[in-house]
Amino acid sequence: MRRTPLPPDTLDAIDRQIINVLQEGFPLCPRPFAEVASALGLEEEALIGRIAALREIGAITRFGPFLDAAAMGGAFCLCAMAVPEERFEDVLTLVNAHPEVAHNYERVHRLNMWFVLACDRPEDIDATADRIERETEIAVLRFPKLKEFFIGFRVAA
Amino acid sequence: MIDATDRRILSATQGGLPLVAAPYAEVAGWLDLDEAEVIARIGAMIESGVIRRIAVAPNHYALGMVANGMSVWDVEDEQAETLGAKVGALDFVSHCYLRPRAEGWPYNLFAMIHGPDRDAVEAHRDQIAALLGGACRASDVLYSTRILKKTGMRLRQEG
Repeated sequence: MRRTPLPPDTLDAIDRQIINVLQEGFPLCPRPFAEVASALGLEEEALIGRIAALREIGAITRFGPFLDAAAMGGAFCLCAMAVPEERFEDVLTLVNAHPEVAHNYERVHRLNMWFVLACDRPEDIDATADRIERETEIAVLRFPKLKEFFIGFRVAA
Repeated sequence: MIDATDRRILSATQGGLPLVAAPYAEVAGWLDLDEAEVIARIGAMIESGVIRRIAVAPNHYALGMVANGMSVWDVEDEQAETLGAKVGALDFVSHCYLRPRAEGWPYNLFAMIHGPDRDAVEAHRDQIAALLGGACRASDVLYSTRILKKTGMRLRQEG
């Protein structure tokens, strides 16, 4: 994934509008691009071409269905640990060795290691976190989501 | 729950929807289904929550939002849902969740803030503080210094 900014004038106003509109959702009908294009005052072909170009230059990372792991019978949990600096690399190796650890970030805080556990079954979350606690002898704080407020992210149009 | 055909549709579209005029017909062709069935099954999966939505994921870094911070807030429980929805609606917040507090961790509202630089993130943090007002007792912002692991969500092959 591209991790550096594109030159500031890479996207025009229409590209920005496309990114904003397509974060909201995409129609389920035989010609969905035609429907979105007409709302934006574009031709179907032009919209498809612009989305392809946005993907090509890395302005968007994906365009498609976003799944809810929990609804599929899986479970997610954000976890945090306060890892002493001198043990950081050793603990990191132990934590990352678990395939259930999906993302892991170092953050500036007493709680300096933040990771997401992704498991097939809800009961595996605690089992995995407990295992990590035993292996590292460091408490694994668990922050399951109680409520999500999703709106998305707007690009200044 | 989803069946084997649903799983095949999800597997086929994990890399993205095809960028053609009739994308659902295209997917149907790959899987030897008909277009109407693909549309109906995706609709049912959206209805049941298996698919959250069909959408683009913007690349924050490419779009110049290279700084981000996980802001955390201790918000009065009675107002947390209402205020959380308002914070989630801010255009510089990409993810916003209520989570349980823990020992030594008084924060129950998490909001990921994005900006072109750290000063912008701090300014956005002030905006959230103003929005929460007296309902917020304490806050912090955690900046990431390193990605230690990042793997996509994997779809189990079997049902």
